[in-house]
Amino acid sequence: MTDLSDLPTGSLMQGKRGLIMGVANDRSLAWGIARAVAAQGARLAFTYQGDALKKRVVPLAEQIGVEHVLECDVGSDEALDATFAEIKDKWGGLDFVVHAIGFSDKRELDGRYVDTTRANFALTMDISCFSFTAVAQRAAALMGPGGSMLTLTYFGAEKVMPHYNVMGVAKAALEASVRYLAEDLGKDGIRVNSISAGPIKTLAASGIGDFRFILKWNEFNAPLRRNVSIEDVGLSGLYLLSDLSRGVTGETHHVDAGYHAVGMVAVDTAGDTAELLSGMANKA
Amino acid sequence: MSDIAERVKNIVVDHLGVEASKVTENASFIDDLGADSLDTVELVMAFEEEFGVEISDDAAEKILTVKDAIDYIQSQQG
Repeated sequence: MTDLSDLPTGSLMQGKRGLIMGVANDRSLAWGIARAVAAQGARLAFTYQGDALKKRVVPLAEQIGVEHVLECDVGSDEALDATFAEIKDKWGGLDFVVHAIGFSDKRELDGRYVDTTRANFALTMDISCFSFTAVAQRAAALMGPGGSMLTLTYFGAEKVMPHYNVMGVAKAALEASVRYLAEDLGKDGIRVNSISAGPIKTLAASGIGDFRFILKWNEFNAPLRRNVSIEDVGLSGLYLLSDLSRGVTGETHHVDAGYHAVGMVAVDTAGDTAELLSGMANKA
Repeated sequence: MSDIAERVKNIVVDHLGVEASKVTENASFIDDLGADSLDTVELVMAFEEEFGVEISDDAAEKILTVKDAIDYIQSQQG
């Protein structure tokens, strides 16, 4: 078992069974959430897609005592049906689900949004947006009142961010779908929320151009004057998945050191920002 | 062996779980050390973190061997 002593321990998630979809490696936001809920007693299942990810996910799952590790391609209704049938068979029900999945052709996370192709637009929307609704359809059938669903989004859904392009459009649709799902499932006492995390260097982020610039910009200009970690995201995830947030649904919760709240470059760190900009200008 | 070479080799041994003796300068990550395509991305991320450098996608595509990594990092820090 891994050391969870950097996290608050307790029994907030005792007896709750959760499916976490989208752990890729130990930098994943989903891994930060998994550790935070494991430290509070959650019982977990993970899904992965493909052997390359299986090799990474299985050792992590063992570290925190994950009970079931299942393969699932969220682009396939049959695969989703099989995953949730297996969860039903093993656990009989489900208390929470985390969706930390997105995909777009890396070549379109560079250059201009206007050049997006129909094929990649459809694929990006299917995997990054619709798959959460497809998961919600099946998860809701296994949940009772108190169930909680969580997905991950980014500020690029609300404002234009460099290179985020079609993924920003898909995340905007994802955030809208969180609100519609919250309305539909709220009648059954099931809550649906998203975390809009600040930039974090994950495997998924490795596909985004100029990522170091984005990280530095956020660090210099976010109110907390730092970037966020997967532990920060994990602890906010714990809140949204536990009964602590029992009155919260349909929310896009920003875990971004406050960056979404500011409207201009921070004055006291303007020198650092200027240096960063001149470095970018020289590169261009 | 330079400090950079030593640190690069330690990262490779650690990440790929291979014996240190196999991590020679001419060893190819994929052909000789059993890395898959995700490993190569993760290795580049680990190098960036360890050395505080940025390795662009174009540069990363050319880092195929242990020596390629050492040379690139030296060129960025020189």
